[in-house]
Amino acid sequence: MTAETIIQSLASGLLMGLLYGLIAVGLALIFGLMDVVNFAHGEFLMIAMYATFFLFAFFAIDPLLSAPLVAAALFVFGAIVYLLIVRFAVRAKANAGMVQIFSTFGLAIVMRGLAQFFFTPDYRSVTNSWLGGKTISIGGIYLPEPQLVGALVSIAAFAGLYFFIHRTDFGRALEATREDAGAVALVGIDKNRVFALGWGLGAALVGLAGAIMAIFFYVYPDVGASFALIAYVTVALGGFGSVFGAFAGGIIVGLVEATTALILPPSLKSVGIYAVYLLVVFVRPRGLFGSM
Amino acid sequence: MDKDFARRRRRELIIAFCLAAIAALVPLFVKDVYVQNVMVLTLMYAALSQSWNILSGYCGQISLGHALYFGLGAYTTAILFTKFGVLPWFGMLAGGVLSALIAMALGYPCFRLRGHYFVIATIVIAEIGLLLIQNWEWAGAALGIDIPVRGDSWLKFQFTRSKLPYFYFALALACVAWFVTWWLEDSKWGYWWRAVKDNPDAAESLGVVVFNSKMGAAAVSAFLVAVGGSFYAQFVSYIDPESVMGFQFSLLMALPAVLGGIGTLWGPVLGAVILIPLTELTRSFIGGSGRGVDLIVYGTLIVLISLALPRGLVSLFARPKFLWRKAAVR
Repeated sequence: MTAETIIQSLASGLLMGLLYGLIAVGLALIFGLMDVVNFAHGEFLMIAMYATFFLFAFFAIDPLLSAPLVAAALFVFGAIVYLLIVRFAVRAKANAGMVQIFSTFGLAIVMRGLAQFFFTPDYRSVTNSWLGGKTISIGGIYLPEPQLVGALVSIAAFAGLYFFIHRTDFGRALEATREDAGAVALVGIDKNRVFALGWGLGAALVGLAGAIMAIFFYVYPDVGASFALIAYVTVALGGFGSVFGAFAGGIIVGLVEATTALILPPSLKSVGIYAVYLLVVFVRPRGLFGSM
Repeated sequence: MDKDFARRRRRELIIAFCLAAIAALVPLFVKDVYVQNVMVLTLMYAALSQSWNILSGYCGQISLGHALYFGLGAYTTAILFTKFGVLPWFGMLAGGVLSALIAMALGYPCFRLRGHYFVIATIVIAEIGLLLIQNWEWAGAALGIDIPVRGDSWLKFQFTRSKLPYFYFALALACVAWFVTWWLEDSKWGYWWRAVKDNPDAAESLGVVVFNSKMGAAAVSAFLVAVGGSFYAQFVSYIDPESVMGFQFSLLMALPAVLGGIGTLWGPVLGAVILIPLTELTRSFIGGSGRGVDLIVYGTLIVLISLALPRGLVSLFARPKFLWRKAAVR
């Protein structure tokens, strides 16, 4: 193993990690806002990837161009999911935690079933997109272009989110609702509206991630499940309640995955991620940057 | 109050006995192998869910990684039988004890975690177990273990001609899991667990040894689930890592209790009796097309029940008088 291979795999690990952060941030946002873990998060990613695939297959819109469209569609979808399901789940008078887990989990199963029904279980892929399969060499290190663009989109999205939360009225309403949902009602903020917009925003972010993922990853009904667990670990590692913990968590997960793949057989590469999660929470039970 | 309580518990025991007796008679009239198969699975899931309920329902430590113990039970029995010729009964015991020990070893660091951090830790640990077994050549790696047929007998716990012995074992297992729960409900442990579930800090201040009580719940729960895993290995006579240790098993184990009524004595039984036949029927009759209609039906049901009946299906059986009294207090 030369120094070059190590740098090479750390670089691709870093790119993948930034994408993991983008996949996970919607989850962190929703959790921070209302203490709800969306167990259908992976399926949100799945439908975003399908949307990207079909826009490409039927209308020849490149994933880079369709990404905003997909994000907008997911925004609407996320808000609808909140209004139709989650709104009622958080009102449950008993076993509230269980009701949230299993109502969103049931939604995940329905979405997977619908995907199988309408799109069949076949593996599909976006072929011949602008970036697909291309690599770029920077100082002797080869980086796949889709992942590189994905990482840049991720950084831009996090910067945008930071600006949005701290500098806009809606962002302030979001923060205030998360601090004390009862008190914001007194100053005339409709809690349900903020939550619905929060779900929309969370879904839009995973939509963005899905559009990029579709460039270089197969699209199939169960694709969300493979990334969902990584997303939960990413959020928990960074600490629930911290949006920027997800950013840091994503980078750590990406680097750990790449390092594990250097040492252990590829089929065991996730073991490293899981082990690091356990080590971190055993030392810091609230994750790295968590407050709750 | 005390007298009422004792009478209620006695009545529950009598109801359980009657139900078990009726269940034992069913195979005398139902000879269809497919239906018998569904009944065996229903009883097995009732037992598994009841065991899961001890840790997650009564003690409130939600585990979505119990597939680990199920898989350990299945693998211990299968490995001991195929590689060393050890009878499945001893394998079952070994698997149970091993799982209980591992549950406590894992509980030692994990029980300091709360809420979602704990849930994710349980998922991740089971996933590590799955990946390790998938890469363990000696134990068959991803291909799994084919359990050789060595003749039908209770001694070897193998039956190729009839499903009935499996049925009666699964029934016995479900009864044992139910009885253990019934007995624990009114024991010191049972009260401790409910206190820990409601408010661990308050429980600690009142002298409940929170940590030990969680460890106890984990050990009992893991032991029973592993016995279920051993049974399953003998029942299907072929196991592979994904089918006994996959994440979907952790969920399948939790669902009957959640839908039936988490942290209740009858919830897991009720949930399993409704959910498992429904799953099997939708899979056989509309799932055969491979187009996911079974998943759509199943998922919709989970969403609707969890939203409409947060206390589970058992709340339908709660006496109206009780509900009314509670409403009046509010």
